[in-house]
Amino acid sequence: MGDPLFWHRLQFGFTASFHYLFPQLTMGLALLIVILKWVARRTGDEAYNDLARFWIRIFGINFAVGVVTGIPLEFQFGTNWASFSRYSGGIIGQTLGMEGMFAFFLESTFLGLLIWGEKKIGPRRHFWAAVALFVGSWLSGYFIIATNAFMQHPVGYTIGADGTLQLASFWQFLMNPWARVQYAHNMVASVVTASFVVAAVGAYWMLKGVHLVHAKRNLKVGVFAGLISALLVAFPTGDLQGKLVAKHQPVALAAMEGRFESGTHAAMNFIGQPNVQERKIDNPIRMPGILSFIAYGSFSSNVKGLNDFPMDQWPTSIEMLYYGFHMMVGLGTFFIALMGLAALYLWRKRLEQSRWLLWMLMLAFPFPYIANTVGWMVAEMGRQPWAVYGLMRTADGASRLVHAGQTVFTTMGFAGLYFVLGLLFFFLIGREIAHGPVATKH
Amino acid sequence: MHEIWFWLVSVMIAIYAVMDGFDFGSGVLHLFVAKTNDERREVLGAIGPLWDGNEVWLLAGGGAMFLAFPKVLAAGFSGFYLAMFLVLWVLLLRGISIEFRSHVQDSLWRAFWDGTFAVSSILLPVLLGAALGNVLRGVPIDANGEFNIPLFTHFGTANPVGILDWYTVLVGVFVLATVTAHGALFLAWKTDGPVHDRSAKLALPLWGVVLVLWIVTTLATHAVNPGLFAAFPKVPLAWLFFVVYLAGLGLVFVGLAKKKRLLSFLGSGAFILGILATSAACVFPVMLRSTLDSAWSLTAHNASVAIHGLRVGLVWWLIGFPLAIGYFAYLFHIHRGKVKAPSEGEGY
Repeated sequence: MGDPLFWHRLQFGFTASFHYLFPQLTMGLALLIVILKWVARRTGDEAYNDLARFWIRIFGINFAVGVVTGIPLEFQFGTNWASFSRYSGGIIGQTLGMEGMFAFFLESTFLGLLIWGEKKIGPRRHFWAAVALFVGSWLSGYFIIATNAFMQHPVGYTIGADGTLQLASFWQFLMNPWARVQYAHNMVASVVTASFVVAAVGAYWMLKGVHLVHAKRNLKVGVFAGLISALLVAFPTGDLQGKLVAKHQPVALAAMEGRFESGTHAAMNFIGQPNVQERKIDNPIRMPGILSFIAYGSFSSNVKGLNDFPMDQWPTSIEMLYYGFHMMVGLGTFFIALMGLAALYLWRKRLEQSRWLLWMLMLAFPFPYIANTVGWMVAEMGRQPWAVYGLMRTADGASRLVHAGQTVFTTMGFAGLYFVLGLLFFFLIGREIAHGPVATKH
Repeated sequence: MHEIWFWLVSVMIAIYAVMDGFDFGSGVLHLFVAKTNDERREVLGAIGPLWDGNEVWLLAGGGAMFLAFPKVLAAGFSGFYLAMFLVLWVLLLRGISIEFRSHVQDSLWRAFWDGTFAVSSILLPVLLGAALGNVLRGVPIDANGEFNIPLFTHFGTANPVGILDWYTVLVGVFVLATVTAHGALFLAWKTDGPVHDRSAKLALPLWGVVLVLWIVTTLATHAVNPGLFAAFPKVPLAWLFFVVYLAGLGLVFVGLAKKKRLLSFLGSGAFILGILATSAACVFPVMLRSTLDSAWSLTAHNASVAIHGLRVGLVWWLIGFPLAIGYFAYLFHIHRGKVKAPSEGEGY
């Protein structure tokens, strides 16, 4: 526990996970707000405009918390991971710099206009402000994913005279095949979160018997977008992501499945606990061939086990990686099933009467947050023990002169501050949802 | 190319100081110049649509430094470790106090956020000013290009130094006074009624304080880092910026005398921009001076990435910068004229 590296990792993991609770909603919601406003313009149905305004208010609170919790991450590259920044700044400085220039300025300009400016700029420009915010937040996502993709699968670099990484090909780096797949997977997953939240609020109003006109439209948009995005998360994006991991990080794939022995017809465990000491899965309930199929598209392919990799290449937390991966895949399957069912009921016009299904939709909204968070944990823990895959170990990336006393102090500071921030957030969001879609004075 | 990036980073940080400077100043002053809820909302309405964009200059400047001089960013951020986190936490509190305040109509809720907003607006310029003081004073960078100093030691400027010593705190107080005076001019420009009158009335004494502190800080800087002033006569660019900031100072007072609010505000912007640019011209090419051995200082030459990365960055920077300026022009155009306190449930 006196090891600064442990605290650096804990701090970054905590602050990054907390931060991403907010952008995963705002990125997805930005798209849904554009859709709501577009439908309102096309149909002239003012209820869609009310909903757009309601979701813009929710968006504003989430965005504010996303901004103030996002700034620390940019700082932490320098404060906690100085050696990593020194080593790879020549590459990832490009995308982090571009994010500020091309995304943050766009977002910050149009956020105020979107939230407070409808009367000032009129409905047509207000719609375009929503589009600008959508573009800004999705661009921001790309720059961050491209940065992460470089750490997962470095391309477009060369090693400079002083041993640090330098840019060789900008386009190769920016268009990293890993970045394209990870971006698609991540962005549709953020639409899943937003759709579930929109549907849950609709279900809540419907079950309470309030704001029925708006509840119906929330359910319609939430379920429709939820089904499409849940399908896209699994196929093709999740499938492609799995194949990339199998190809470029085979040791991470073995750890994700807790697979020690190599062999063909590799199984996927539905239940089971990885026992790393004895190198086996306890209490396995498994289906042969599934892992081979996920990794290589054929039920009989050979998937290498951890025993065939040197132990110093193993990810540092095999247990967390295993559970994270299984939770992500399990929840992803559940999302498709729930939204598929809800869509069927919606189509047969039975959703509003089916209170049990509305209850499920209302209570399901935390699960996409969990799936997104564990999904990122799989990506980041699967990358271990590397900060930049194959090039720099995480242990070598930490600031050399920062001692544990400093990092423990700041980690505790974040814990306290984010706890309070979380309470305030729930309080404000709860009020907005209770007040409903047409309230202005509260 | 190294020189260009040194100046791009400096310009972005200077723009940040001017833009977020008036936000800070408005935050420092709002308890005094805005007494009622409507007046407070008038102040928040003036900076509300702008503060987030203003703060992006800090992130974009940091991003530019990461791109061009990752060694400076790595050394500075890890070296000033605790101060960096204080800046972060205060930025966080300040941001949410602006955004959360008007969501709830409750006098205690609002009083709490008003207080948080004021305190964080005071602390931030002091901390950022102290950071500037550290850059001017120099830090104990070792042969590996690294250092790590505590928040304070003996409050003297000799090693072992802390982030806060008499000199850096003095620079912090000077920065606080400057942004407060800058904010008073901004509020005088953007508001009318009692907020305008009180801000305009405060502006003159505040600028008097700035003038005194400016002289004291300049003398102190000369005592702490005489090399800075030795460079001054030999750098024509420094002379140019020196003229800009003296002219800015002059415009502040001319504007105050003639009640031309925008003129005064532009003058104080030029003053802040000029003073930072003059400092940058004098320290060039050094970005972080080592007090242990001048050969270990981090400069635009020894701390930069390879030339290809700088060239690529310049290409997209030249696209991005005009875009950013365009957004700001649009935003100021939309929010032109004096602000009015918005009706309850709308606006900040």
